[in-house]
Amino acid sequence: MTELVLFVLFGIGALAGAIMMVISRNPVYSALGLIAAMFSIAVLYVVNGAHFVAAVQIIVYAGAVMTLFLFVIMLIGVDQPEDTSEQLPIQRPAALALGALLLVGFLIVIGAGTLAGSDEGSVVGTVEAIADELFTNWLLPFEVTTLLLVIASVGAIVLAQFKLRDRR
Amino acid sequence: MIVTPVWYMMLAAALFVIGAGGLLLRRNALIMFMSIELMLNAVNLTFVAAARQLGDINGQVSVFFVMVVAAAEVVVGLAIMVAVFRRRASASIDELAELRG
Repeated sequence: MTELVLFVLFGIGALAGAIMMVISRNPVYSALGLIAAMFSIAVLYVVNGAHFVAAVQIIVYAGAVMTLFLFVIMLIGVDQPEDTSEQLPIQRPAALALGALLLVGFLIVIGAGTLAGSDEGSVVGTVEAIADELFTNWLLPFEVTTLLLVIASVGAIVLAQFKLRDRR
Repeated sequence: MIVTPVWYMMLAAALFVIGAGGLLLRRNALIMFMSIELMLNAVNLTFVAAARQLGDINGQVSVFFVMVVAAAEVVVGLAIMVAVFRRRASASIDELAELRG
């Protein structure tokens, strides 16, 4: 019963935040809608027993990534209106139709899914459980992600630096 | 009424479609980027629901990796966006046609 209430409440929260992100004219409202959706999804993670993932979701996504987004929105400027004219006239109706088709396809596939569930509810993603898996079976991918993060941060610095030198 | 992981997967499918729709309908590069983040979040929710359904913690480890890659992607993508904006003073992707053949 508790889970049903949480699912309905935060499911609606996630959907409302997502729709707000897509339809609002002001990019800052879009970012706030996405933050609301991410918080709601974090609550759903906790309901599903993924405690560590929920904490990372709040800290990394809702915290760091969205702060970065807001920073860039402020930097780029929110005052210029978006050009809503389409170069391809068919794109908007086609996008809506294909989106609806995709959703129907997803729901059919998920509804007819044959995911074998044996010990449902027994997974609790504590820090110990995740670390146990991460530092044994997933050690090499984990190390490779550190390389990826170094490359990403170096790339971001180079991209920012390049234009400064260009301007001088 | 029992909430099964399938419900979460359906919610995640709806979120993914909203993200895909935002990607197709909006012209602002930042909002398109946020739509991609929403799609990644929807997939993460599917992973977590599947981890619970199958009783396997590896789904949650996968979510961790998706988050790391998404963070790297955001850093590089926003840096590109700022670099483009410094040159073009616009966040609309329709104006970026310099590589057109």
